[in-house]
Amino acid sequence: MSRTAGKRGRGMPPHAPSRTRTTVGCIVVALLYIWSSIGTETRPVSLFLGIPDMANLFARMWPPNIAYLRTMIGPLVETMQMAMLGTVVGAVLAIPVVLVAARNISRHSAVYHIVRGLLNLVRTLPDILLASVFAAAVGFGALPGVMALAVFSFGIIAKLTSETVESIDPGPMEALSASGSPRINVIYYGVVPQVLPQFVAYCLYVFEINVRAATVLGLVGAGGIGMWLQRDMNLMMYRNASAIILLIFAFVLAMDLISNYLRGRLV
Amino acid sequence: MIELINVSKTFPNGVQALRNVSLTVRDGEFLVVVGLSGAGKSTLLRCINRLLEPTSGQVIIDGVDVTAARPEELRRIRTGIGMIFQNFNLVKRSLVITNVLAGRLGHTSPLRGLLGLFSAEDIDIALACLDRVGIRDKAYARADQLSGGQQQRVGIARALAQRPSLILADEPVASVDPPTSHVVMRDLKRINEEDHITTVVNLHFIDLAQQYGKRIVGLRAGEVVYDGPVQDVSESTFESIYGRRIREADLRDAEGVYTR
Repeated sequence: MSRTAGKRGRGMPPHAPSRTRTTVGCIVVALLYIWSSIGTETRPVSLFLGIPDMANLFARMWPPNIAYLRTMIGPLVETMQMAMLGTVVGAVLAIPVVLVAARNISRHSAVYHIVRGLLNLVRTLPDILLASVFAAAVGFGALPGVMALAVFSFGIIAKLTSETVESIDPGPMEALSASGSPRINVIYYGVVPQVLPQFVAYCLYVFEINVRAATVLGLVGAGGIGMWLQRDMNLMMYRNASAIILLIFAFVLAMDLISNYLRGRLV
Repeated sequence: MIELINVSKTFPNGVQALRNVSLTVRDGEFLVVVGLSGAGKSTLLRCINRLLEPTSGQVIIDGVDVTAARPEELRRIRTGIGMIFQNFNLVKRSLVITNVLAGRLGHTSPLRGLLGLFSAEDIDIALACLDRVGIRDKAYARADQLSGGQQQRVGIARALAQRPSLILADEPVASVDPPTSHVVMRDLKRINEEDHITTVVNLHFIDLAQQYGKRIVGLRAGEVVYDGPVQDVSESTFESIYGRRIREADLRDAEGVYTR
């Protein structure tokens, strides 16, 4: 736009921008598609060929075995407990780290940069990958799931909270420093009240994510209702599986609604 | 007694905010520092309690070299210096009483502070300080529910709660309306007279400076260009401090003495 304006300014006639870039872009996307299609042996038609199989599976899933849900209450509660524990442990671990990961609190810039880098690294690890590693280390069950969720929660909460700390009003800290307050209380009285509502909101948000994650962690043997879903699918007990899927759907929805309501009341 | 000896402050960006400032403030004095914004008034106050580190020179309070104090000693010195800010610097989401009690933190062990275990005496002090600025009834309101003038009085109560021997007030009325300015200035003056707390107030309103100050120090471009009792100050004094004619904006009250 500025280029054509410039040309017009020099008395040149305006002309449409070159189409070369668009053409090259389309060709590249097409080549990538063909490459991926060959690599995965997926022809466009095979996507549609799968439809009858899907219909077949759905038919065998119907009707969901509602009576089975009674035995699933235990695993469902365990799933929720995993999400809660993971969130709480992650949040508690995040608190001291926030103080060195916030530029306006951290006193050594080297420590600040190292911690920031580690936090970014932690957040790149998918929770399901963490869970399978922990499951291999400590054995199948809820423990590796909780550990994975804790690490994951820690990364998000520490990152978001330290950014919130960096955006606070520095005035109260200045006033407390000027009054000779011990440093720990400068932070406790000058920073904590300003970030607490946001911190709680982040914890609830992470809890929502953890509920969803906890339902599938069982697929890699890390506890919760996902382990039962995995078992029923393998045993081809599809009516049980569909009941579990519906239960997970209702449960995640309910947790989202509750958490959203609580977050809305916070700030 | 506060002595500033050749205090200079140059910021990392090269701005020289103070140039060889030497000043003595006697015990119980009510000193008003005037000057245009950018003249170095805030820097001067912050060099006294070392919220800003002077580049050179010494600050000596009651014989103690503040500029040479190690961190823990500096913290102890600061407990005796109350500070009042242009923007109040309250924790807005906290209760008024909590903000005032924060002034007691310097006299409280870190652990008791963390647990919020203030002694009954501390709470009595906090309530008494609120009483002195006339807002004891607001003690359990949230700070952000108060008007600007009331918030500044919470700031004064917080400083008083330290039981200070020195109060530094940095443009205490710049963020409040004209009538409230007088309430705040009267509070500061009254506390100075009743408790003999040495008080240094930065002001850019010359009518307030004349009305409340006993001694006026003028700063221009980081240098002390005037120092004398308020009786000797006239319009031309302020014009020489400001380096220009006096305008209406230099007066808190629009009907001020210099309005033309």
